[in-house]
Amino acid sequence: IRPLQDLRQPAVSSKVFVQRDYNSGTISKFQTKFPSELESRLDKQQFEETIQTLNNLYAEAEKLGGKSYLEGCLACLTAYTIFLCMETHYEKVLKKISRYIKDQNEKIYAPRGLLLTDPIERGLRVVEITIFEDRSIGSGR
Amino acid sequence: MHLGVSESMRECEYNQISTRSSTPMETPYKNRTPKKRKWESFPGRNKFYCNGRIMMAKQTGVFYLTLALILVTCGLFFTFDCPFLALQLTPVIPVIGGVLFLFVLGTLLRTSFSDPGVLPRANADEAADLERQIDVANGSTGYRPPPRTKEVVINGQTVKLKYCFTCKIFRPPRASHCSLCDNCVERFDHHCPWVGNCVGRRNYRFFYMFILSLSFLTIFIFSFVITHIILRSHRFGFLSALKDSPASVLEVVVCFFSVWSIVGLSGFHTYLISSNQTTNEDIKGSWSSKRGKDNYNPYSYGNIFTNCCAALCGPLPPSLIDRRGFVRSDAPQLAPPTNGITTYGATQSQQGHMCDQDHCIQGTKFVLQAAATPLLQQHSSEPVILTTCPENGGSMPGRGPLTLGGPCASLPLGQPTPPTSIPSLGCHEAADMLPIHGHGHSHNHSHPLQEPVAHHHFLTPEEVPSPPGMLPCGSPMGHNHAMQAGFYNPASQDSLHEDSVRGLVKLSFV
Repeated sequence: IRPLQDLRQPAVSSKVFVQRDYNSGTISKFQTKFPSELESRLDKQQFEETIQTLNNLYAEAEKLGGKSYLEGCLACLTAYTIFLCMETHYEKVLKKISRYIKDQNEKIYAPRGLLLTDPIERGLRVVEITIFEDRSIGSGR
Repeated sequence: MHLGVSESMRECEYNQISTRSSTPMETPYKNRTPKKRKWESFPGRNKFYCNGRIMMAKQTGVFYLTLALILVTCGLFFTFDCPFLALQLTPVIPVIGGVLFLFVLGTLLRTSFSDPGVLPRANADEAADLERQIDVANGSTGYRPPPRTKEVVINGQTVKLKYCFTCKIFRPPRASHCSLCDNCVERFDHHCPWVGNCVGRRNYRFFYMFILSLSFLTIFIFSFVITHIILRSHRFGFLSALKDSPASVLEVVVCFFSVWSIVGLSGFHTYLISSNQTTNEDIKGSWSSKRGKDNYNPYSYGNIFTNCCAALCGPLPPSLIDRRGFVRSDAPQLAPPTNGITTYGATQSQQGHMCDQDHCIQGTKFVLQAAATPLLQQHSSEPVILTTCPENGGSMPGRGPLTLGGPCASLPLGQPTPPTSIPSLGCHEAADMLPIHGHGHSHNHSHPLQEPVAHHHFLTPEEVPSPPGMLPCGSPMGHNHAMQAGFYNPASQDSLHEDSVRGLVKLSFV
């Protein structure tokens, strides 16, 4: 059994909340302003890219166009029972977003001691970024 | 720059736990606290049925009246008038009647039972963060917090975003707080007692379909009952006809009064849809040209067709409140500033890590904390195995255990620990967020069908309008104060003064 000190369990040091950007109306969009608390951990560009991609994905979910109208009409005609078997376009994109966030966490954020929370978990109000304590660790494993 | 970080930190890759798991968690600890679903600790004043599938407002009496009226009138129509009409005219009549009736019922139930677009309240961390930002911006004035608004420019129009004291968020544009349901609702239209629910972003189209089809249904029934009576009186005389079919009289009366109001309402909402406004905005005259020459609706797409399509056939967003999800047993709160592992000493039970299937990313933290204590305790075989999927190959049954990648955390899997003693955040939130109000004030919507426009005046949402002239319908300002006052106890005293200091301090964000 290893001594306790060997085990790194980062504790949460703080959380950063990236708020919504309502400048384009009511669509789901998050601010790309780089929070100062992340300066030591992350590139500004990296952060902006993540948020921008998220914004694009949400825009795709909420896009008005032929496809969404078709889905809406079809749903209406089938008295919305069609959604018992099929998921809405929005839901499909939300799944995509979930995968993207997971991917980003694995590749970029977790190695830096950060964790992105899927905004849907927060009612699409904020992108919560948890900053874990960056303790220097004695021995390795 | 992670100069101080040793390899082990680097190697601690966190695998993201599935954040959208919807499968109910199986717990071997059935003898422990049963898992609650989120609807059970929902902070708003809503009623839930069918284990969270159905969501309605608290007062549902009028909804049952609506239902009864529709069912009884249609029932009478099909029983007494249809046989005659089917024989004398055509059997298509009852068929069309039936289709209309089913459509009306379907849309009514869909409107009443679905989530109108409730915005979940901010959790403690978010609220604290927001408060900090506001304080920083305001320079921390004295005891009374100044009114909190943010200005945003949308499509050339300046829109004020208000801070909701109950939900602790800045309301998105077009959202409003319904004082009856005590929720912020996206694209809030109005609270309709007839359907027993708020009408907002997610159920507006169903509401519109409901009143539209109901208009057709009432006109249909009205005209065919009249036809029935006329045809009958040709044969048997008027009085005799009435005696033979007494139900028809009742139907005519109901339909007569309904037609005016329902058709009027449908017309009004058709206008609203085509100009992409909400009832709320229309009542307040938010985008009326009377306010100013340059005042226009920034949300309108410019043409009627697009506005209609967007409102009725646009993508339907999913519910943001996860009603049927399980409340996470660990409270994902920020750890207090800690000196080190010792803070999470032996006294801290490692129960926190037994997070729900529901993914709690924050559960990672607890697992990790919990891992601190294991070897000192009985449950030394801390299952600090974090996997991304709910299933675990190990002896840990179907929980959402988390895996620290690689060799980082390889404590042997062992006896699972009992569920947390940390109260669920859901309960916490509910306790924190629920304002202590003494306001039993409820806006009375006793306006029946007669006044389709007035119908919508019944609930001016909680917002205290800034320029006093904002409410043409004349809801007294005092009234709004009263509503506002109930929401947040500490701020309630301030809210009464809110108007007077409103506008003095504004936050301008990015």
